[in-house]
Amino acid sequence: MNRLTVSPSPHVHSGDSVKKNMYGVIIALLPALAASLYYFGLGAVIVTLTAVVSCVVFEWAIQKYLLKNESTILDGSAALTGLLLAFNMPSNLPIWIIIIGSLVAIGIGKMSFGGLGNNPFNPALVGRVFLLISFPVQMTLWPKPIESQMHYLDAETGATPLSVMKEGLANGETVSTLMSKIPSYTELFMGNMGGSAGEIAAIALLVGLIFMLIRKIITWHIPVAVIGSIAIFTGILNLVSPEQYAGPLFHLLTGGVMLGAIFMATDYVSSPMANKGMLIYGVGIGIITVVIRVFGAYPEGVSFAILIMNGFVPLIDKYVKPKRFGEVVKPAKA
Amino acid sequence: MLKTFSLGGVHPAENKFSAGQKIEILPVPEQVSVPIAQHIGAPSEPIVKKGDEVKVGQLIAKSTGFVSANIHSPVSGKVFKIDNVLDASGYKKQAIIIKTEGDEWDESIDRSEELVKEITASPEEIVKKVGEAGIVGLGGATFPAHVKLSVPPGKTCDVLILNGVECEPYLTADHQLMMEKGDEIMVGTQILMKALKVEKAIIGIENNKPDAIKHMTDLASNYAGITIQALKVQYPQGGEKQLIDACIGRQIPSGKLPIEVGAVVQNVGTTLAVYEAIQKNKPLFERVVTVTGKSVSKPSNFMARVGTPLNQLIDAAGGLPEDTGKVIGGGPMMGKALSSTDVPITKGSSGILIMPNEIAKRAKVEPCIRCSKCVTVCPMGLSPYLLSTVSDKGIWDRAEEEKIMDCIECGSCSFTCPASRPLLDYIRLGKGNVGRIMRSRTK
Repeated sequence: MNRLTVSPSPHVHSGDSVKKNMYGVIIALLPALAASLYYFGLGAVIVTLTAVVSCVVFEWAIQKYLLKNESTILDGSAALTGLLLAFNMPSNLPIWIIIIGSLVAIGIGKMSFGGLGNNPFNPALVGRVFLLISFPVQMTLWPKPIESQMHYLDAETGATPLSVMKEGLANGETVSTLMSKIPSYTELFMGNMGGSAGEIAAIALLVGLIFMLIRKIITWHIPVAVIGSIAIFTGILNLVSPEQYAGPLFHLLTGGVMLGAIFMATDYVSSPMANKGMLIYGVGIGIITVVIRVFGAYPEGVSFAILIMNGFVPLIDKYVKPKRFGEVVKPAKA
Repeated sequence: MLKTFSLGGVHPAENKFSAGQKIEILPVPEQVSVPIAQHIGAPSEPIVKKGDEVKVGQLIAKSTGFVSANIHSPVSGKVFKIDNVLDASGYKKQAIIIKTEGDEWDESIDRSEELVKEITASPEEIVKKVGEAGIVGLGGATFPAHVKLSVPPGKTCDVLILNGVECEPYLTADHQLMMEKGDEIMVGTQILMKALKVEKAIIGIENNKPDAIKHMTDLASNYAGITIQALKVQYPQGGEKQLIDACIGRQIPSGKLPIEVGAVVQNVGTTLAVYEAIQKNKPLFERVVTVTGKSVSKPSNFMARVGTPLNQLIDAAGGLPEDTGKVIGGGPMMGKALSSTDVPITKGSSGILIMPNEIAKRAKVEPCIRCSKCVTVCPMGLSPYLLSTVSDKGIWDRAEEEKIMDCIECGSCSFTCPASRPLLDYIRLGKGNVGRIMRSRTK
């Protein structure tokens, strides 16, 4: 007779895997990738390929030559980091800078903490912010959409709606005059504006969100908390002084809010575990983003906001617990 | 709107292959091994010795305390020996081994099929009789039934909840029992209601058994105070705490029993046993066992005597398939994997599940990616990822603080984990240690 396997229950598994989740997120990013390729063409292809390939190669090399442990590149997490990193860069970034960014993302952001599951900060954002601080010029040249389809390094650049708003307000212009200088809300929603390669098309990112919610890859808590808190905060500012502060729709559709709320802040490893914790974390990201955008030196603050809140995750997890069964005691009817 | 419990839960593939299979009476085995520890609580004390003649239904081992249960002979014949035999726990435990001769039942047992509706026993007599008949929770927990029927002073019970959920995948014993013995279960319910002095009973049945819901609802119209509650399919709805929450929306506080919220839960199989004990004077010595599995040629529901060797049930279901990798006593979520099929079935054997090789082994463990899916599915609102980590590292005070003892070991966390982490294994380890520490403190 066969030898029987003996192990504790449960004896069945859902069939879910790390791989399925990682590739699930990658699939959810495909609409945004398509939008990126449409608006930035050649540049988007080069930036995306370079980032994905170098992230995977760095992870493989670090595991093979430094850590000497089993390779995990097939789990899809390195490719995902590469894709997200590419989405957070302008599409005319020189290859060597992308490679440095990938090395920082994978090497410092992920592997130095012990690899998948151990990184306190979102690796792609570690790479992105490192580049933003190290190469401020290259990281803030934004190719014009559609016009630069067939260009890479030689793409004609222009301002992003956020920088137009930031500089204009600093020069004493009013919100209503500045709004006339940027694309309409419909165009912003469709992604027809300057910006990082993958952050522009809100519609494509929202399609990805719906996919991830249906497949139960993520829950609604973080995206809703980030988007909702930004809408409320900027809405209040806008109500107080409409000519000094742009409205919620402007803030939600420009820059990295959608990409950040849907794909960067929801990174499993660097976000809280309990639903209530996720809401606190999301609201924190929303508030910090608006504070940086409206009162800070940078036109955009999503990356910094997420990294700052990543740092609070252990604290949030320690004090914010899921709702326990039987916590609210309903007395027996007399 | 279908009801269900409020927190967490999973929905594993149901695989109810043996659904709709009529309960088949298994031939009386040539020899039975009746373990003396078939229930939660103190093992019983054998009162027969080698060479004694016994009849079906005769008391052969006596309960040794309040939380303990009598054991009756499942066959007639001669006590062959009292010896340690391998049981479903994987350990050798004391059992009474009886060689069968004929099938002579104790005269006091009413073997007719006639439904006896009139309940003449008083509440006290019912509780006493249920204790004498050795009835334990037949859903698998094997908690002595008379203990639950004895409402402690100062507490009141206002509702009886019957568990017809059968949330474990594969198992169909309770389903079939409701289809075939519905009236008996109804009378059994009224007996339990009388014992508990309650006016209301709710039978919870999951929506994947529409025939049972319809059948029981039709029957319930003839019996006062009994209602059927259809429930959304969600594991672990058959857990006592989850079932009470699902049916009446009351949550038992941490560390407390159902009576705290005025409820008592019994399984439908147990209810049938109560009917038989009170109305037919028949103690518990046989039960319905599902034998099933993907490769099993004839998935079946058997009425089998306690102490029947597992092999005999498996043979009756078409034999052990070639590709067998694992044999489980119970369902796939909470059942125990057996090291041998040469063990007897007991009062708690709700099913025998035979799993093919390809799903018998666990997947490779990967690092936790903090996806929080274990937190989402935990029906007790715990943090399985944290409990398993602190248990692994031996941080018992933290484990206690994080309410590790609230864990009902349903396995939803391990089932869900994308990294295939053995979360529940570590949590069990932690529960064992924390439980010991807590007990030593109260000494």
